[in-house]
Amino acid sequence: MSKYHVTTTVNNDEFEFLCEPTQTMLDVLRDELNLTGSKEGCATGDCGACSVVMDGRLVCSCLVLGVEMEGKSIETIEGMADGDDLHPLQQKFLDHAALQCGICTPGVLVSAKALLEKNPDPTETEVRYWLAGNLCRCTGYDKIIRAVMDAAKEMRAA
Amino acid sequence: MVKVFLSGTISQWADGVTEIDVAATSVRQIFMHLRQRFPKIEPHMEDEIAVAIDGTIFQDAWFEKVSEDSEVHLLPRVGGG
Amino acid sequence: MDNSLDMQFSAGDKDLNYVGKRTKRPDGVDKVTGRARFGADTRLPGMLYGKILRSPHAHARIISIDTSKAEALGGVKAVVTRDDFEDRESEFVPAGEMMVNYRDMVRNIMAREKVLYDGHAVAAVAATSVSIAKKALKLIDVEYEILPHVIDVCDAMTPDAPVLHEDLITEGVDPVPTKGSNVAKRIEFKLGDVVKGFEQADEILEKTFDTKPVHQGYIEPHACLASCSESGSADLWCSTQGQYLVRAHCAKLMGMEISKLRVTPSEIGGGFGGKTVVFLEPVALALSRKTFRPVKMTMTRDEVFRATGPTSGANVRVKIGITNDGKITAAEAELKYQAGAFQGSSVQPGCMCAFAPYDLQNVDVVGWDVLTNRPKVAAYRAPGAPISEYAVECVLDELADRIGMDAVDLRLKNAAKEGTQTAYGPKLGPVGFVEVLQAVKSSDHFKAPLGANQGRGIGVGFWFNIGGETCVSMSVNEDGTLTLVTGSPDIGGSRASICNMAAEELGIDVEKINPIIADTSSLGFNFLSAGSRTTFACGMATIEAARNAIDNMRARVAQLWEVPVESVIWENGAARPASSNAGEFDPMTLPEIAKIAPKTGGPISGHAEINAQGAGPGFGAHMVDIEVDRETGHVKVLRYTVVQDAGKAIHPSYVEGQYQGGAVQCIGWALNEEYIYGDDGCLQNSGFLDYRIPLASDLPMIETIIVEVPNPNHPYGVRGVGETPIIPGLAAISNAISDATGLRMTALPMSPPKVLQALKQAQA
Repeated sequence: MSKYHVTTTVNNDEFEFLCEPTQTMLDVLRDELNLTGSKEGCATGDCGACSVVMDGRLVCSCLVLGVEMEGKSIETIEGMADGDDLHPLQQKFLDHAALQCGICTPGVLVSAKALLEKNPDPTETEVRYWLAGNLCRCTGYDKIIRAVMDAAKEMRAA
Repeated sequence: MVKVFLSGTISQWADGVTEIDVAATSVRQIFMHLRQRFPKIEPHMEDEIAVAIDGTIFQDAWFEKVSEDSEVHLLPRVGGG
Repeated sequence: MDNSLDMQFSAGDKDLNYVGKRTKRPDGVDKVTGRARFGADTRLPGMLYGKILRSPHAHARIISIDTSKAEALGGVKAVVTRDDFEDRESEFVPAGEMMVNYRDMVRNIMAREKVLYDGHAVAAVAATSVSIAKKALKLIDVEYEILPHVIDVCDAMTPDAPVLHEDLITEGVDPVPTKGSNVAKRIEFKLGDVVKGFEQADEILEKTFDTKPVHQGYIEPHACLASCSESGSADLWCSTQGQYLVRAHCAKLMGMEISKLRVTPSEIGGGFGGKTVVFLEPVALALSRKTFRPVKMTMTRDEVFRATGPTSGANVRVKIGITNDGKITAAEAELKYQAGAFQGSSVQPGCMCAFAPYDLQNVDVVGWDVLTNRPKVAAYRAPGAPISEYAVECVLDELADRIGMDAVDLRLKNAAKEGTQTAYGPKLGPVGFVEVLQAVKSSDHFKAPLGANQGRGIGVGFWFNIGGETCVSMSVNEDGTLTLVTGSPDIGGSRASICNMAAEELGIDVEKINPIIADTSSLGFNFLSAGSRTTFACGMATIEAARNAIDNMRARVAQLWEVPVESVIWENGAARPASSNAGEFDPMTLPEIAKIAPKTGGPISGHAEINAQGAGPGFGAHMVDIEVDRETGHVKVLRYTVVQDAGKAIHPSYVEGQYQGGAVQCIGWALNEEYIYGDDGCLQNSGFLDYRIPLASDLPMIETIIVEVPNPNHPYGVRGVGETPIIPGLAAISNAISDATGLRMTALPMSPPKVLQALKQAQA
């Protein structure tokens, strides 16, 4: 099978890779670029563990083809902290114990960051509906919601 | 003699007996007695039986001591998710 | 007790610096940055990709498997089928919830004579890419003789039901049957005389309930990477609740010596009991052994639903008699649990827990373990207990109504307490059930008003909790930091609680402790992270290991000071003279002792190898407010409170997390989740879109009240908290719906179409 040559930007780094037409962006991130922070929970766009931002838009990377990354700018969980300076959301997730097993955490964080960029002062209901695409089986979401609300508050004050 | 109670499944393996008196000072001695008296229990002896001594459950504790005042219950081993 | 722990102090006996504190989680940063490596995140050079061909039939005899075309495909390096796994004798070993049988396990990982459920593995390939592996699967020809199938548990028990295993003779019935059936086992737990007990009752209520299989629903699919060497040894990386059990099962199935197989657990993306057994691991090893190349295998979500353990679906009949003043006089239940394709459902713990919250004189519980053409069930959080206790709690709630008694008061009146003789065996030691119920009554939630179409329900739950085999090792490093090595995968923050206990014992800053979870070759045997045992048992071993290290340091300081070791005590992270009689010495801190270790005898470490006993039973209660939309049948959860006795919350945040997560799994089980099969016996909802676990938008905050009645068998009073939270909610929600609508639904899930139908029937 012939592969396609793709040039893309991930977390501000330019990458070139060859990909099969059937490979998803998630496959490419994980298997070609070794960015395994985005997780596969379903591969059908239901669980949100693979959430990334593509040209400013929150997407499930399992629903985007690798070839569609051509010329695009992608943000993944690996680009969220600035050096050892955690993003306020990351810090609040630790402070609030908003993760148990941690498999959904990268997707939830990427998704929550996208929310706060759009809406810096969300209500609890808005946070709950925005994160409805990110499944978590461990926490019951309580501490996740609290962490996001708290991070939003801190970011507003900053 | 130590009074040993056999609950549910354990009693089913012991011909329906629910209570026996055993001369024993340890869990292992109780087990040895059961093996002799109830051959049907043999395949279950190693891995399927827990012992409660005065309300505390022990699993795989052959050398745990029992005395005449002990209240000993044999029950199915418990696992979990 | 076969360990030397000094059990003298329980919670509250001294000022605690770390135990009970919300410390930082050691693995936290890696988990919020995407760095943590889960099952599917490991790669090796030269790695092949393995994929499994699965049965499209619920029940069929395998006439032949032709793999020649697949093997001929370029890029395919190996194909395995039933012929690559040696048959195993029937041999039961303990693993999680129930015993596992190697004869069955070898058939579950790869079908032999028959396929027994939709999704049953039939063959596997290893190829140089995933796409080639998938192509190869399509080239495997399997000839099936399709057989009639059976999905429902009651149908499976009828005499003319299709039989899965013709040689399965029912255990525990008299006379012994002469012919095989789907009924593997009958068990019974009795106390007193129920016939007499029912005669004393003023009110008797009998009802039958149905529950559907639900999946553990961990977000991380099963994944592993196996690498066999020509030397006969092998490495395996996988996501599991117990690397030592994976090693035991794989070594057995592969005919390997235990020491030759090294299993390294990855971070685990949820388990809830479902990752206590093996599925992919032996297959990946078999593929790697054929190629001597690393083989990586990951399941799709569809495979997870179709082929890994859900919990049992069940049919449960409960009959309870009470007096007009609320005393339960007799309790009877019959539980029929689906085991799936092989025997070993969780019916036994289901029987044992059914009436365990209550102090009863007359109990009779009968359980049946029944095979059906579904995936073999695996443990799911307090396996078996949610189902039986749900039915009991619903019946009790109705009885409370009938005699006009408050539902909590009825439970308080009959509550199990220290000295209660249980039907499953022992008398209870100190337990906190009464305290839990009192906390329910004094909560704000209990007193809050309700609106129209709203209802409130409560339910309670009991689970045993366990201890088990545990090893811990710790090294005092030359700079005064500590490396703590445990063998229990951290599912929900247990590393943090274990570090809290180590820091407490050693009197050092918790952030100076770096914990790792060892592979099977680096530390002795540890049982699973299951049974709510990790913080209890691993904590107990950690405390003993810390005391072992402390004794080591005290001995060295005693030599320095030239005093007997008894004259040196350990307090606040330093060796100190026991009293002024011991001499005038400045305290020596842990880093100071560590620094001179080479000159005082070499490296300092502490270790413990125990079989932890005496786990404390856990009691909890859930209270929930719901609102029923009479037009759509949708049930909205408005408010939810979990009250549970933790014994001692070592790290309250993660205790709350267990309560909240368990409660939400209850909500899913009660309101939406179910395995839906077609007439063809195939699963129709094998994805998260159609198998709907709760979303953030479905839920309110989950309030928690931690009750602490210490377990006297643990140095800090820990009981174990992981499993009890999945029990009380099923009934609490059912009772709330009944409160709101006056209807008693007797089947789960109470999803919108079913609630709507029940409302319509009631109107008609």
